Amino acid sequence: MNHATETSRGAIWLATLTDHAPALPDYPPSVRVVDAPLAGDIARYIAVLPDPENRFTRARTGEIGLVEGWQLARAVQQVVAEDRALPVKRPVVAVIDVASQAYGRREEAYGIHQALAGAAGAYAEARLAGHPVIGLIVGKAMSGAFLAHGYQANRLIALDDPQVMVHAMGKASAARITLRTVEALEALAATIPPMAYDIGNYASLGLLWRTLTVAQPDTPSTEDVAQVEAILQAALADIRLDPERGLASRLGAPHRQASAKVREVLQQQW
Amino acid sequence: MSTIQELLQRDSFIERGARSRARALLDTGSMRELLDPFCGLGSPWLPQQGVTAQADDGVVVAKGLFEGQPAVVLAIEGGYQGGSMGEVGGAKIAGALELAARDNRHGVPTRAIILFETGGVRLQEANLGLAAIAEIQAAIVDLRRYQPVIGITAGTVGCYGGMSIAAGLCSYLVVTREARLGLNGPAVIEQEAGIEEFDSRNKPFIWSLTGGEQRFHTGLADAYVEDDTAQIRATVTGLFVRGVPRQHRSDQAGHFLARLSQVDATVQATPDTVRTIYSKGDAS
Repeated sequence: MNHATETSRGAIWLATLTDHAPALPDYPPSVRVVDAPLAGDIARYIAVLPDPENRFTRARTGEIGLVEGWQLARAVQQVVAEDRALPVKRPVVAVIDVASQAYGRREEAYGIHQALAGAAGAYAEARLAGHPVIGLIVGKAMSGAFLAHGYQANRLIALDDPQVMVHAMGKASAARITLRTVEALEALAATIPPMAYDIGNYASLGLLWRTLTVAQPDTPSTEDVAQVEAILQAALADIRLDPERGLASRLGAPHRQASAKVREVLQQQW
Repeated sequence: MSTIQELLQRDSFIERGARSRARALLDTGSMRELLDPFCGLGSPWLPQQGVTAQADDGVVVAKGLFEGQPAVVLAIEGGYQGGSMGEVGGAKIAGALELAARDNRHGVPTRAIILFETGGVRLQEANLGLAAIAEIQAAIVDLRRYQPVIGITAGTVGCYGGMSIAAGLCSYLVVTREARLGLNGPAVIEQEAGIEEFDSRNKPFIWSLTGGEQRFHTGLADAYVEDDTAQIRATVTGLFVRGVPRQHRSDQAGHFLARLSQVDATVQATPDTVRTIYSKGDAS
C-alpha cells in the first residue's frame, strides 16, 4: 500500500463510500474499481489514484494517462457487458479527483486522445444502455481527465470546498496559450464565470445536479459519509425516474443561456 | 508523388474555409446552412474580454444530402480563434448531432461529418467549452449507434484537446499529411513537462509523432488522403458504404492495453517504435 495512493481524496472517498470493500484484483494501482452497495443494490465505484511507481512517469500524480484511460474504459465496459440481458442496470459511480491528463511525449505518441476516447465512450455507452451514471467530484476535475472520467454522467455532484476545482487547463498553461499573465487571467476569472476555477462559479453554469458541504472533506466523518451516501441515493432515484438518457438536464442555467438558445433555433431550422 | 500539373489542377481542401468545405462535401445544390451568420448568435463571452465575436462563432452547420441521403456537415473554421470551442460553436455541433440522432430514432437516416480544425477548448470560455465538448462526445456516441460518424482532420490547425477525444469517438477518421492529431498541444506539453519532453518549436518532430501519416500508419486514423477535395469526398463515400463498424476504435480497450503492455516506458517513444507496436495485430 502506497502512502500517496491511499491518502488521495479519491482513494479516501472511494474507501469510505464502499465501506472499505476490496478492489477488483486485475486493475493497476492507478485505477481502483470496487463493487459495493448503493441504496441496497450493487454499484460499481471507480476512482483514478496517484501511483508513484507508474511505469509511465508522466502519470504518477493522479493524472489520467494511456493505461488509465483504457482501464477506465474496461471497467465500465465490463459492467455494460455483464448487465446486457438484465432489465435493471447497475449504477456506476465515478469518484472524481483527477489532476489532469498526462502531458508527455509517450502519451501523445501512443495516442492518449484515443485512450481518453475509450473511457469517455464507455461511460456514454453505459448511460445510453440505461446504467445510472453518477459523477461525484471530491477534488480536482480537470480538462481531458474530467472528460474521460465523469463528464458523461447522468448527474454530477460536487463537494463545495476550496480544493474542489473544475477547469479546462491549469493557470500557467492557460495564461501562456491566451498570451496573458497569470494575474490578468485571474482578474478575468473573477468576473467571467466560465473562466473561474472555483466550484461556486462552476455551479452557476448549471452543469451540476447538486453541491453539498461536508465538514471534513479530507477525512470524512460518519456524518459526512452519510450525507454523501444520501445524495448519491437521491441522484440514483432521480435518474431511475427520468426517461431521458442524454445530458439535457444540464441545460437551463442563466449563465448558459446561449447553449439552450442555439438548440432552440437549430430545432426550428432543422 | 504528384506532378506539377496534378498539383496545379488539384482542388485543395485545406485552402477552403469551413463553409466552402461543407459545400464541397454535400451533394451539389443541396446545402442549407443552419444558424448562419445572419442569425447573429456569436459568443456572449468574448466581447467582455476585448475579443471580437464572429457572427457564426467559427462553426458552420450545413444540412443537405450526401450521396442522396440526409446529412449534416459540422465544419469548424480554424481561422477564427484557432478553431477553439466556445459555448455557441460547441452547442451548434452538439445540438446538430443530437438532432441527427433524433432523426434516426424517427426513421430518418441522417448522417454526420465533422471537420475537426481545432485547438480544443476556447480558454476564454473555459468551462463552457469543456461542457460543450462533453456534450459533443455524448452526441457522437449516441449517433454512431445508427450511422457512421465520420471525422476529417485536413489541416493546417489540426485537432487537439477535448476535440481530439471527440475525433477518437468517431466511427472513421480521415487525415491528410498536413493534419496533426493529439490530446495536448505542443506548447502546453512543453509548459507542463519541459522542453526535453516536448519541443514545441520542432515541427518535424511534432509531425513525425502526431502527424496524419503517422496516425494512419499506427491505426489511429482510417484513411490517409491527399489535399484533394474530390479524393476526400470519394473517401467519405467509401467509409459510409462500410457502415457502422462492428467495433468502434474507442471500444477496443483490450487491444490497446495488450499493445501498451509491450511498450518499454523507460525509453522515449519514437515514430518507429509506435508503428512497430501498433502494427502487431489489427486495430480494426
